Amino acid sequence: MAAQDHRPNRLSLIGWALTFLPLGLLGIILAALFLLASLTTLLWVGFPLLVGATTLIRRYANYQRTLLTPFLTTPVPTPYRPLPTALDSRTIAIARDPATWRDLAWLLLNATLGTILLLASLVLLLIWPTTPPFIHTYARLNRLLLAPTTNADLTARITHLAATRTDATRTQASEVRRIERDLHDGAQARLVALGMSLGMAEQMLTTNPAAAQKLLTEARDSTRQALTEIRDLVRGIHPPVLVERGLPGAVHALAIAQQLPIDVDIDLPGRPDDPVESAAYFAIAEILTNTAKHANATRAWVRINYGLGRMVIVAGDNGHGGATPATGTGLTGVQRRLAAFDGTMTLLSPPAGPTIITMELPCALSSPKTSPSSATD
Amino acid sequence: MRVVIAEDLALLRDGLIRLLDAHDFTVVAAVDTGPDLLHALLHHRPDVAVVDVRLPPTHTDEGLKAAIAARQRVPGLPVLVLSQHVEQLYARELLSGGQGGVGYLLKDRVFDINQFIEAIRRVAAGGTAMDPEVIAQLLAKHTPESPLGALTAREREVLGEMAEGRSNSAIATRLFITDKAVSKHINNIFAKLSLPPSPDDSRRVMAVLTYLND
Repeated sequence: MAAQDHRPNRLSLIGWALTFLPLGLLGIILAALFLLASLTTLLWVGFPLLVGATTLIRRYANYQRTLLTPFLTTPVPTPYRPLPTALDSRTIAIARDPATWRDLAWLLLNATLGTILLLASLVLLLIWPTTPPFIHTYARLNRLLLAPTTNADLTARITHLAATRTDATRTQASEVRRIERDLHDGAQARLVALGMSLGMAEQMLTTNPAAAQKLLTEARDSTRQALTEIRDLVRGIHPPVLVERGLPGAVHALAIAQQLPIDVDIDLPGRPDDPVESAAYFAIAEILTNTAKHANATRAWVRINYGLGRMVIVAGDNGHGGATPATGTGLTGVQRRLAAFDGTMTLLSPPAGPTIITMELPCALSSPKTSPSSATD
Repeated sequence: MRVVIAEDLALLRDGLIRLLDAHDFTVVAAVDTGPDLLHALLHHRPDVAVVDVRLPPTHTDEGLKAAIAARQRVPGLPVLVLSQHVEQLYARELLSGGQGGVGYLLKDRVFDINQFIEAIRRVAAGGTAMDPEVIAQLLAKHTPESPLGALTAREREVLGEMAEGRSNSAIATRLFITDKAVSKHINNIFAKLSLPPSPDDSRRVMAVLTYLND
């Protein structure tokens, strides 16, 4: 039995070795082409030659990266920096990218040491069935040169962080501007009017009590309107129910307020940080609003789980689908909000429905701040 | 009438005490934390309690939780909950015991002193006082195709007033119609919503709230 299980495996390994062997030798030609092109860069004609050779090598290396995946625990990421379009700056960028030179080293090493390893593994595979094949060593050796260096990884990370930070600060600045404007035109103006009514009422109290009373009533109404405006504003900044009940309670409250029946299922062993909680809340609120407005659904659901250091939110409805971030339904905003926390959003919404939106937010959970309340919904 | 007050902001607490004193209530305890409130409610067994949702130590919904916990131990203990914002979720939790003697109002409603005092008295008597905003949200949840869609504009108005907790005569005064007309509207509403008629004011209100909450 065991021998039979091994045979196809062994056979396929032989197949793989036979694939890698000629590919490695082909690399010699590419390396030679590259070196030749580098020499000719002294003349102008070398520029397009070098760019062409690099493109070929990168495609070839990427192909090898995908071929190696079954032998490694994780796929090999691509290390290349983005390239400018103009020919001369492109040539310079290629020369300055360490990945170019690591590729070249890989081509040479793969054609020599790689070939020896593969040949050895082939021989062993053919004559001695129980020998662990060298092919995994071969794959790891390849990975050493084909994967991005820590430096390249960090550079990519910095680019990503810079972009999301700009987005986050910009969003925050416009939020603060909106709040300032709302306070200035709303509550502040109402309080001024209130003060005026009170001042006039004070003057008229003895001379014209009837008019004073009318002004006092006006003052009361003005106060009430100011409160309503501040209340709406607070809801938009940080909903009180989120403070009081955390994400589970706040999402239940959102769901109850909708016409559509919404099934809520939340399993969070603790509370995420305030900013993450708030981002998740507003993302869900936006999605439920979209569902109510556009999806023409008869039911919807929200599930929240936590595992492997990520909070996973899945929201769906049985509507007519066809939602895209491009249709200006606020989904781009959601995506941006989540990106600030390295969160992602994927949208699945085929034309006939259903729509399923999955959001992942890496975060840590603290132990629950409030005592677990009896679930009432 | 003996009252317990729970409010952590001194300014508002003193205001409430002054207001209630002026209307012949006796404030037996004015507390500012959730645990103190629960203790005061169980110890004093007041005729009615006026409670802020958000209280220390957690500054979350300590007040609401304490009120619900007290009502679980003393069913029907009259509690009027005040808040800067109203949530259907909280209204539902307050009403879930099916017991009367409960109120849930925005803090702004204190401005209309007569109505506020009337609401406290109603809750103390075992009735209800739900904020118009809660009722408006509940009504908005029902689609035009639901049985609510069959109500006339006037009936809807009467339904709203009733859901807020008002008696027939109070509704009649507010809508400038006769008591008889109010009864007629209420009979129609109950028939259209297929609710069993009841002669008791507060039971009718609970039936309507349960219906709207579903």
